[in-house]
Amino acid sequence: MTAELVRGQNHPLSQSRLEIRISAGTPVVAAAALGDESGRIHGTDWVAHPGAPTQPGLEVSRQAAADHRLAVDLDAVTDAVHRVSILLALPAAGGGPGPARFGAVAAPFVAVTGLDGEEVASYTITGLEAESAVVALELYRRQDAWKVRAVGQGYAGGLAELLTDQALPEAVQLAGTIDEAVARGLARSVQAPPPRPSDGDRSRQAATPAVGPDQGGTAPQGTPGPPPYGGQPAGGHGQGGAQPAYGAGPADPSATTGGPIDYSHPRRQTSAPPPPPPAAPQPRPGQPAQPVAGDATGWSMEERLYNQVWGMFEDLARTTAAYRSAVDFAESRMDKELEQALSDPRSRLGGQGDAAREAARARHTELVGQARESLDRDLAHLVAESEVVEPALPPAFARWDNPAWHAYRVPMEIPMAVRLGDLRLPEADPLRIPMLLRLPLERGLWIDSGRADSLDGSFTDSHDMRRLAVETAVAHAARLLAVYPAGEFTVHVIDPAGSGAQALAPLTQTGVLAAPPAQGAAGVGEVLGRLTQRVDLVQMALRGGAPDALPPGFDTSQHLLIVNDFPHGFDDRAVNQLRYLADEGPSVGVHLMMVADREESSAYGPLLDPLWRSLLRLTAVPDDHLADPWVGHAWTYEPPVVPPGSQVLHQVLTRVGAARRAWRR
Amino acid sequence: MTVNMTKGQAISLQKNDGGSLTAVRMGLGWQAAPRRGLFGSRTREIDLDASAVLFADKQPVDVVFFRHLVSDDGSVRHTGDNLVGGVGQGGDDEAILVDLSRVPVHIDQIVFTVNSFTGQTFQEVQNAFCRLVDETNGQELARYTLAGGGAYTAQIMAKVHRTGAGWTMTALGNPANGRTFQDLMPAILPVL
Repeated sequence: MTAELVRGQNHPLSQSRLEIRISAGTPVVAAAALGDESGRIHGTDWVAHPGAPTQPGLEVSRQAAADHRLAVDLDAVTDAVHRVSILLALPAAGGGPGPARFGAVAAPFVAVTGLDGEEVASYTITGLEAESAVVALELYRRQDAWKVRAVGQGYAGGLAELLTDQALPEAVQLAGTIDEAVARGLARSVQAPPPRPSDGDRSRQAATPAVGPDQGGTAPQGTPGPPPYGGQPAGGHGQGGAQPAYGAGPADPSATTGGPIDYSHPRRQTSAPPPPPPAAPQPRPGQPAQPVAGDATGWSMEERLYNQVWGMFEDLARTTAAYRSAVDFAESRMDKELEQALSDPRSRLGGQGDAAREAARARHTELVGQARESLDRDLAHLVAESEVVEPALPPAFARWDNPAWHAYRVPMEIPMAVRLGDLRLPEADPLRIPMLLRLPLERGLWIDSGRADSLDGSFTDSHDMRRLAVETAVAHAARLLAVYPAGEFTVHVIDPAGSGAQALAPLTQTGVLAAPPAQGAAGVGEVLGRLTQRVDLVQMALRGGAPDALPPGFDTSQHLLIVNDFPHGFDDRAVNQLRYLADEGPSVGVHLMMVADREESSAYGPLLDPLWRSLLRLTAVPDDHLADPWVGHAWTYEPPVVPPGSQVLHQVLTRVGAARRAWRR
Repeated sequence: MTVNMTKGQAISLQKNDGGSLTAVRMGLGWQAAPRRGLFGSRTREIDLDASAVLFADKQPVDVVFFRHLVSDDGSVRHTGDNLVGGVGQGGDDEAILVDLSRVPVHIDQIVFTVNSFTGQTFQEVQNAFCRLVDETNGQELARYTLAGGGAYTAQIMAKVHRTGAGWTMTALGNPANGRTFQDLMPAILPVL
């Protein structure tokens, strides 16, 4: 329900993020001013106007227009602010064209709406005469709640008089600045061809900006359009940053000829539009299109590659399903036909039975051949795609032998996912699908150091298996350390008997660990106690809705605990703490990586089953234990292998270590 | 150019230029018949479900329906369950997309069925139709309108089957009874 206000009337506001819509029938300047308890404007940075269109919690248009939409975020204004005044002025008062008094134009209409466009209150400013500037509305704080009041106070002396009245010391200068900005805006808009200069910022010109393939560069630039508002976490804050990302800045007049009508989605303007995906070259007639890296949807190349990898994963799963289903069918049909041939008494005579058997086998071979043909066709495409996608992957998604790792730099941002290894199916042997896991990790990892029989039949003894498992864990941990920005990922190691010392050397020598690996029962207890306390604390703060209450200097990074040789050195209390960490840790950024042989903890019985189930099991040797989400094939998992003799792991960890030391300083 | 099909009629799914179709959409639309009597304005919702059963030599291999929206091989996709129908006059309420070029080689028939999940009979449904659209250009190839709703809760609408190198669609329109496609299997088998 819209409350239609009359002058002086007020109305409560339930939302803090609002839009003020102004429609005046003639170009007007819209501005918003912040005031303290007594209505004083403290300085020029308390006013959002065409020359300085954004202030914390406020955003106004850059130029005069008949229709405006101003954005207000009452949560984003400082505590000192008790009033937000919405000001309107006629550009003629500052030397611009058009009428010079509100009495000569239609009564301006102002509406307060929520983000969903629903009107909360509206006000038609009537009764104006010689005034050329007017305080239209006032949003004000009353006992921690905000209200809107219809003001309608006009000033014949224009903005200068209006601002002086609100006790702004630099009122005259600011009014001059605003006039200048408006004149500039008008100058821009009258450059455009349509023969309606007085109404220059209306719809016609919206057609002027070239709508090319790079639409993002021009389309949302129309200045008095809806401000980039919706979906932003803190209202007015990030808006200044979002604008330049659209390409040509506001200083470039050629880009700002756009009119006020903006056809782009108002909620999707907050961040820069994604750069256009790489265009696939036109396929030659009769040939399939050449695959391109990043040929998927997404806002960034990283997201597109991630989606592309998942697309390849699904395609391989499905095309293999088609093949397997056809082969199964061919076999069952052949079996049935052979059986029939066998049971047919006529077939016992002469060569009839042989012919029938022969025919059955031929039918089988033909169908399997056809199925293989279409599988090979799909595989060829996927292999070609993989060949262009693999080299394009960023380090977090790339194999250790990818050159991206040699050019490694400590990142500034957390990637969306990390590669934990490769997946393949026996039918598609050359093809490896990167196994990408979203970050932050949602469940712990378990590097299985048991099960010494590997897929290829080679036997690995349990000692080697353990060493391999710790090495794999180190490779995973190194990758996680490397893809997180410095200081945002902390790794703890529990190695109760010191058996993993040699394999853990890459981590210990490069100084990327928070502390040397904890040894003995005392070490186990100490590390677990510390992390348990951390989980408790963060959980309490989050549940209580008071994340600010964490002690100052509290380390907010993600934590990873590597546990080697479980359950060696663990008492009952430590086991319980570990289970607690596995259950509760991931949601508060404490993750677990177990390097363990399940058999060794069989003494605990079913008590530990939930623990193992909650962890994502990975192996140190290829093993087919992972299923895809679509068809449920058993995929062979291959752990990430650092090329033999390569120093890449050491080099990367050295850089991580240096960055962490620099960051701590 | 649309072919209005009658029960039992078969059309070959060849393009006019001789090329064969790559992707087709089987669209299903329906509306609840207006209720006569005192409470004519009470809203009634009829939940019809479209399903597609993939057969290899009369053996069901895979089913695409509202609980399994994509066939394992990815060639047949259901666009999602519609619980009420009648969203727009003449529009598809549920649709099943078939990528004919990706249908596994051993699948030789795909049967499309409709059943009433909420148990109303087709007497309470009006304007029910099933149409086949060339998904690559949106052209309607064939439309089959369900005539005279009877006291049954399901229908075997049509089948698309391999003939030579291409595919043929046959309008079936056989009544049956059942809540989901499993109940329809006895009714489907004779039409294969």
